[in-house]
Amino acid sequence: MMLHRLLSGDFPRSRFLALALLAIVAALALAPFLFPGARAMNVAATICIFVVLVASYDLLLGYTGIVSFAHTMFYGIGAYGVGLSLHSVGPTWGAVFMGLAIALMLSLALALVIGLFSLRVKAIFYAMITLAVASAFAILASQMSDFTGGEDGRTFSVPELLRPGFRLVEAEVFGTAINGKLLTYYLVFCSALALFLLLLRVVNSPFGRVLQAIRENDFRAEALGYRTVVYRTLANCLSAVVATLAGALMALWLRYAGPQTTLAFTIMMDILLIVVIGGMGTLYGAVIGSALFILAQNYLQALMKQASDGLTAVPLLANLLHPDRWLLWLGVLFVLSVYFFPTGIVGKLRSRK
Amino acid sequence: MTTTTPAATADAELPRLRLDTPPLLVLPILALLALPLVGSFPTWVTLTVAGLAMGMMIFIMASGLTLVFGLMDVLNFGHGAFVSVGAFTATLVLLPMQGWMQADSVLMNLSALGLAIALAMLVTGALGWAFERVIVMPVYGQHLKQILITMGGMIVAEQMIHVVWGPDQIPLPLPTSFRGVILVGDAAIEKYRLIAVAVGLVVFAAMFLVLNRTKVGLLIRAGVENGEMVEALGYRIRRLFVGVFVAGSALAGLGGVLWGLYKEMLTAAMGSDIMVLVFIVIIIGGLGSVGGCFIGALLVALVANYTGFLAPKIALASNILLMVAILLWRPQGLYPVAKR
Repeated sequence: MMLHRLLSGDFPRSRFLALALLAIVAALALAPFLFPGARAMNVAATICIFVVLVASYDLLLGYTGIVSFAHTMFYGIGAYGVGLSLHSVGPTWGAVFMGLAIALMLSLALALVIGLFSLRVKAIFYAMITLAVASAFAILASQMSDFTGGEDGRTFSVPELLRPGFRLVEAEVFGTAINGKLLTYYLVFCSALALFLLLLRVVNSPFGRVLQAIRENDFRAEALGYRTVVYRTLANCLSAVVATLAGALMALWLRYAGPQTTLAFTIMMDILLIVVIGGMGTLYGAVIGSALFILAQNYLQALMKQASDGLTAVPLLANLLHPDRWLLWLGVLFVLSVYFFPTGIVGKLRSRK
Repeated sequence: MTTTTPAATADAELPRLRLDTPPLLVLPILALLALPLVGSFPTWVTLTVAGLAMGMMIFIMASGLTLVFGLMDVLNFGHGAFVSVGAFTATLVLLPMQGWMQADSVLMNLSALGLAIALAMLVTGALGWAFERVIVMPVYGQHLKQILITMGGMIVAEQMIHVVWGPDQIPLPLPTSFRGVILVGDAAIEKYRLIAVAVGLVVFAAMFLVLNRTKVGLLIRAGVENGEMVEALGYRIRRLFVGVFVAGSALAGLGGVLWGLYKEMLTAAMGSDIMVLVFIVIIIGGLGSVGGCFIGALLVALVANYTGFLAPKIALASNILLMVAILLWRPQGLYPVAKR
């Protein structure tokens, strides 16, 4: 019953999927103890944040049927909001919350304006307009270098509790120091978990059902008396807010906010890819997809490099496998999975029974 | 028994289409408004010509996209890839023929450029055909998948450019005789911009003639209005569509060559960068409308040039503001296409 409430009655509905989810959550919860080392911790934190980011995008793409290219913009607003505030005010909690509040308000306002403007018309309009707005925002962020640090971004220090130098307990627990980095990780993990469960609650509420109805047939939803524009705009705002929070978590974790880690178009592609591969229209897809994708991104690229080095004799093939061509393979995978696995990994697992 | 054929009477009774003038007036009004703001007349002439040249190039790239959308309700987010591929293909001709390019003879310059453009259009046309077959065909009528798939197609194409031409930027110098400026009074006008304007006008005129004076054009326009009816009358709209898609891709390739020479530097991302402007243009013009696309392209480019001069800081946002203003005035774009 407890579990029922926690998951909002939306169970994985596949034994294998449930096992995979449990394994991922357990691994993430115990990551600092199971996989010590800066790199593994970084991978784990990135997975947590991407789960939230992708799940909030899935609320738009998978549940409401809206294609947006501005999701990284909201993510970036969150990261920059916290980052710039900490940079200019200094490492206090007040600065964190002030930055977060400003970022949330900015995101909400932008999402509302863009939504009211373009969600009245077709999905395709919204896709184009968000693409235009997001790229203008990205250029703006790198142009206003006095304020945002331009292409280099801003590094800043976080409140003392979250610094690596801080020790909560002097003794080590299971061979791992209880330092600020660990606390930051658990801040990220718990926030991500809470946000994910919140999103799960949202999509399984009556509100979520209306969104799904709009995705399936907006004309009919409108005829049944639901103001589709209002629902779409609300979904857009909600997803923007969650993306902003994810961005803020990323900034706290990296202690850095810059265009490459937040606003870059490649991140938008990553999000799209994870949603499609994991499974559109199911939040569990975000968990599976993010875990697989981030792991592959961090460990498979090294493999590609080896393969490329081994093939230097064959010029074109070596180029094909060069680690910089990572995106090429992602693109191919993306196209193939839209064709052949429109329901993604989760959909496949569920249909197998 | 009267023997008037129904076709003849219908033909005679068809009223002439009323020309929708207000959008046409926006352009000169905008240019005239900018004159006092810019201050000096020669600068204004330079800016205006630069804007027109940029607008023509954007129009060449955008026209195919808007037609494809109008005809088949397919929005190709991968259109930008054709722009990049076109520009990079041109280097296959232009770099080996460096001698002809640098020669001080208009004829040699032109023939090298002509060859490059022909090859670029051929390659992008063929690529467009393949793109239509492999990427777009399976997802007709599904907007969501179209957006995702064509986006994926663009990423792959862009990365393939890196694989074939290497990861570096390629400098592409202008031919000798197109460099430099012409002085008209005090206003300095770059020669190449005049050429871009000329090419753009030729493309627009050709498109206008094909669409309005030939049978194929008639079918295309009819297809945009109501595709099912055209099919019911026995024409294969599929074939027509593939033709338009290929032509649109080839035009994007042409636009890519012109744009590459304008920037004198090629990057694989140039196509996707310009796509943002192209999208704004076709939204402003009204999705599916070639005339609207033409005016939209000129508007966007002029606004970009004027604000770039007057207030460089807000130049980026200016196009978005322009789009918002136009959509407030006409929510479906300047020339809305009937059925949408």
